[in-house]
Parts: sequence; structure tokens; C-alpha cells
Amino acid sequence: MSVLVDDDTRVVVQGITGGEGKFHTEQMLAYGTNVVAGAVPGKGGQEVNGVPVYDTVAEAVEAEDATASVVFVPPAFAGDAMFEALDTDLDLVVAITEGVPTQDMARVNKRLSETDTYLLGPNCPGLITPGEAKLGILPGNIFTSGEVGLVSRSGTLTYQVVDNLTQRGIGQTTAIGIGGDPIIGTTFIDALELFENDPDTKAIAMCGEIGGEDEEEAAAYIDEHVDTPVAGFIAGRTAPPGKRMGHAGAIVSGSGTGTAESKIDALNDAGVPVGDTPEEVADHIESFL
Amino acid sequence: MKLHEYQAKQVFADAGIPTPDSQLASDVDGVLTAADEIGYPVAIKAQVQVGGRGKAGGIKLAADADEAREAADEILGMDLKGYHVEQVLVEQAVDFTDELYVGITLDRGAGKPVAMVSTKGGVDIEAVAEETPEAIAQEHIDPSFGMHPYQARKAVYDAGVDKALARDVSSVLSTLYDLWERKDGSDAEINPLMVTGDGEVIAADAVMNIDEDALFRQPELAEMEEDAAGGDELEAKASEYGFDYVRLEGNVGIIGNGAGLVMTTLDLVDHYGGSPANFLDVGGGAKAARIANALDMVFADENVDSVVFNIFGGITRGDEVAKGINEALGQFDEIPKPVVVRLAGTNWEEGMEILNEDLVTVEATLEDAVKRAVEYASEVNQ
Repeated sequence: MSVLVDDDTRVVVQGITGGEGKFHTEQMLAYGTNVVAGAVPGKGGQEVNGVPVYDTVAEAVEAEDATASVVFVPPAFAGDAMFEALDTDLDLVVAITEGVPTQDMARVNKRLSETDTYLLGPNCPGLITPGEAKLGILPGNIFTSGEVGLVSRSGTLTYQVVDNLTQRGIGQTTAIGIGGDPIIGTTFIDALELFENDPDTKAIAMCGEIGGEDEEEAAAYIDEHVDTPVAGFIAGRTAPPGKRMGHAGAIVSGSGTGTAESKIDALNDAGVPVGDTPEEVADHIESFL
Repeated sequence: MKLHEYQAKQVFADAGIPTPDSQLASDVDGVLTAADEIGYPVAIKAQVQVGGRGKAGGIKLAADADEAREAADEILGMDLKGYHVEQVLVEQAVDFTDELYVGITLDRGAGKPVAMVSTKGGVDIEAVAEETPEAIAQEHIDPSFGMHPYQARKAVYDAGVDKALARDVSSVLSTLYDLWERKDGSDAEINPLMVTGDGEVIAADAVMNIDEDALFRQPELAEMEEDAAGGDELEAKASEYGFDYVRLEGNVGIIGNGAGLVMTTLDLVDHYGGSPANFLDVGGGAKAARIANALDMVFADENVDSVVFNIFGGITRGDEVAKGINEALGQFDEIPKPVVVRLAGTNWEEGMEILNEDLVTVEATLEDAVKRAVEYASEVNQ
């Protein structure tokens, strides 16, 4: 078992003819993902790596029974691409694009609330169910199938934690990158709920970072609703207030909200141990299994 | 991106929000000329991007030319919380009876903008929010419709603004929301919105921060960014190279890929007893030249005593990273500062084959790499 994606997921790639779209389609196909279509306005009828391209997402869904989309569209058009995907009732939309204007995401988020679709990102690495499917840009070879559900705001930090787990022979059910922007679709809480309901997920690793209050809200949710053991990590303990640390969402506001300390305290209060290093996160996870 | 007060005021005034007469000046004569044209008394206000300018001595009132000269002398060229004051705004002093606060910001948790109104203007609004949150009326706005006029009125009524002013204040609030939306604002704020003896409202200060990710469609504001810059020289250089960079006060330089992992590397430096000198994210898929630029940047920081280079390749390839490191370090007869490298992920084995290990120290894990860099930095300081 796994969450959100598996062998049956049928993927349409939005922006498949661009450099990033083309390269990662190749990588996804090589991993065994069912990439069944591409969607690029004006490029309908072409093929990329043997994948048929359509002018609209609706046509791609209609012709190829796609169930999920991955968005590799430049920031200026990514909001529009997400609206297009949401209007076709896909199960899952994964927005890789970094640098989407925040107000575009505020509007997309409103539309998302009217649908049953999961939207990962934007500014995320995607997700992977090892051995079955990966949607996005994660390096497939570092993941192995196993019992840990992983959810993270950062791509490379995910790889680091996975590496620490792999060293101990611990694999993943599904690893989910939810993205580093101030407004994202799927939150920690959504991912925790999915893992809690997945019988094969025996432990959850949650990697947060400074900025916003999503980790605090997730901690409250874990306290109430999650029986699966969770170990946490929070990046940005040394970040100065008011500075944007790479991710648009990673900023400690002047008034002291969004600090690493507040997040670590909230998680500890919910019974979630937080590692000082990625290695310590792996220690906790190992102790749960 | 933060606009200066004078820039934000211009944007507000162009949209029809009442603002006092003002002129920008960069020397004492300019201040006196401006004050003569505007008419005394005037306020002379430092144009730097820090809060609490008044308390720090960056805002002074002048009743006549002598006072204006004295104030201009003091403020121009002063160091205000680390920023050099090069320009002042000379502004007609407003005779007020009350100070209000109006603002629009993004409520991240709700994923929506929120309009705020308070009768406790003129003070640090974050302190008000902390101590008496009920003194700030809030109205969440559906971004797909924008702010309905009734919402502006409701926020103003809820805040307890004098009924006689309600119409004018809600009109200012509506305009402020329109600007926030049209200009891709992250925050738009007037504090204080002064109420004059004649019952008029006027924006005595102006804050407008713009979403950097939206500057591509705000060309006029992007132009203002040139003027709004300032601050750290290295940070300016980083933006030239297109790096996400933040300068800190320690001596262990840090280069990595991906914001979360770079932040984690900083935290580990601290955890193992060192002190991070910077945050530098080369981004995804960096090629050799970019890697070399990153090393140059960190070497340029004279506080740096050692460097930890931590790459976990997803779309970034280990061989490109190794090439970049060889290139950057190969140009020195003697390596200026010890560099510790940890490569993992995509093509790390190819990278290790290419990497010239005479130039760097290699460690296999993040933890060991950080420990080694901290050790090198502390040796330098002995």
C-alpha cells in the first residue's frame, strides 16, 4: 500500500515540451511511472519520448484516462495551468514550478477548496511511491520500498533524511514533498491523515521549516488524530528574523511567529520527538519500527 | 521587496489616497528649498528600510529654517540601525487629533488576504496585536472576488472608528486593497492614518512590500527596486549571481543546494559548536560555472575561516559540482580557506572521480562534513 500514487496512476505532464518537462518525463518513464499524455497549448498532435501531446488537459484526460498531472510550466503561467488541471477533476495535481506569485496561489487555493483534488506544491519536488511511481523531480534511485511515510517542505532535505534511513535499511511507503511556498495546496495535516489511514505506513517522518504555523497546526492534529508514531525535524533554527531563507515561505516574521523553537515545542508537546540532526530523526524512526 | 516610504506614498497618492505634500532631498540645501516650498512646520524623515525610525532619531520636526538645517545635518549621513541615510523626505507636518491604522496583509494560515483597521494607530502595530488583539478589527477577503465595499465598512465599524469618519476610512481601505491586489503586494499599510482637526484623513506614513515572485509583471515597481536596494554589499553581489543568499555573523561559510538542506547545514554548524557565516543556495541543476561563482562569493566574505560544501543531487549533478569546485580552486596558488566537500545523490560517484582531492577535504556524510569545517574554523581562531 501507499498513498496518492501507485502503479495505476496515469499521468499527464503539463509543459512536457519545455526543457524541464521533457527531461523529467524521461526520468519518470525510466522509473516506471505511467506517463500517458502531455498537455501544451498549440503543441497538440506532437509526441515527446513517445508520449502523445494534447492542446488541453481536458483532451488528455478524455483520450488517455489520466488521473494525475504534473505541472512544469513557468511561474507566469503556472497558476493558469493549475486552474486548468483542477477543472478536470483529476485526483492529484503536482506543481513543481518555483516562483509562482503568491496572489495567484491564493486564488488557486480558493478553487482547490471547491474540489476533491489533492494539489502538491507549488515549489515542491513531487512525490514517490518507491518501486511504483514517481511524479516530479525526486532522484528515484535513493528511495526504497518500506514502512515509513515521509512528508517534507523541502526537496533536498527529504533526500538527506531518506539517505539516513536507507543507511539503516529503512524504506518508504510514499515520500511527499508539499513545497516551500507561503501558500500551498496539500498541507502536513492532509499528508498525516493519508499516512494514518494507510495500513502499511508504520511510522511517519515529518520535516518542517521556519515560517508560517503549519507545523504547529500539524502538531495539534497529531495530538488528536494520529496514532502512527511520528518523528520530526525543523530546519532554520539559526535563521535571523525577517530574512527569506531561500524558500519564499521560510521567513521568521518580525513578531516572532514561525520560529523553529515554537514549532519544536509544539511537536514535543504533541509527543513528537524532534531530531537535532537528520541522523537523529532516523534514530527515532528506527526505534518506532 | 520593500518600497521606501516616498515610493509607497507616491503609489498611494497616485491611487487617490490623501497624503501630505512632500519632496525628496539628499542634501541640506535641498531640504531647505523643499521646506520653503511646502511651508513650515515640516517633518524630515530618513528614507531607510527599518522600522522604528522615529525612536532611533531618523524623524524630526522643524518649525523654521534653522531647525530644518539642524535636523537635516543630523539625519543625512547618519547610521540608522546599520543603514546609511542618503535621502530624506521633507513633508508638511500634519496637525492631527487622532491616529488610526489600516493595513492589508496575507494570512498564511487562512491562505487569504486580511484587511485590518484599528483606532490605535501611530504605535508599533505588532505590539498592539500582541497585547490587545481585540483592538484590531480583521476582515478576511476572498481573493477571487476582492474586497466587497461592505467588508471595508464592516472592518471600520468593528474597529470603533468615529462614525463621522467611517466613509473616508473605508474608502482608503478599499483603495489600499485594490493597490495590494493590482501591485502584487505582500503587505500594504498606513500607520498612522492621521485624522485632522477638520475631520479629514491623511496617510502620514506608507508601507508597501511587493511579492518578489511577481516583479516580472510589475515593471514600474521592479524599476523602483534599484533605488530600494542598499544594505549589504555581498547580498547585492549574490543577487547579481542569482543566488539565494543571506549573510550572517559567523565564520563557517556554507554552500548547498535546496533551501531546506542549506538551512539544515547552518543548523548543524551551530549544533556542532560553530557559527554559520551565511546561507547560500545554488539552486537546482547548478552547472560548474555557477558552483565556482558560489565559492568566489563565500571567499569574498572576510569573516569566513572555512567552507562546507554540501550537495545532495536531485537535479544537480555531482560531476558538474566537482568540475566547478576544481575550476574555482584551481586558480589559486594557495587555497585561501579550507573547503570541506560532501557529495551525495545524482552522479556523486562520477563527481568523486573528478574532484581534485588535493584541493579539498572530502567527507562522506553531512554530519562529518560539518564537524570538520567547524574544526578548521576553530583552528584558525586559536
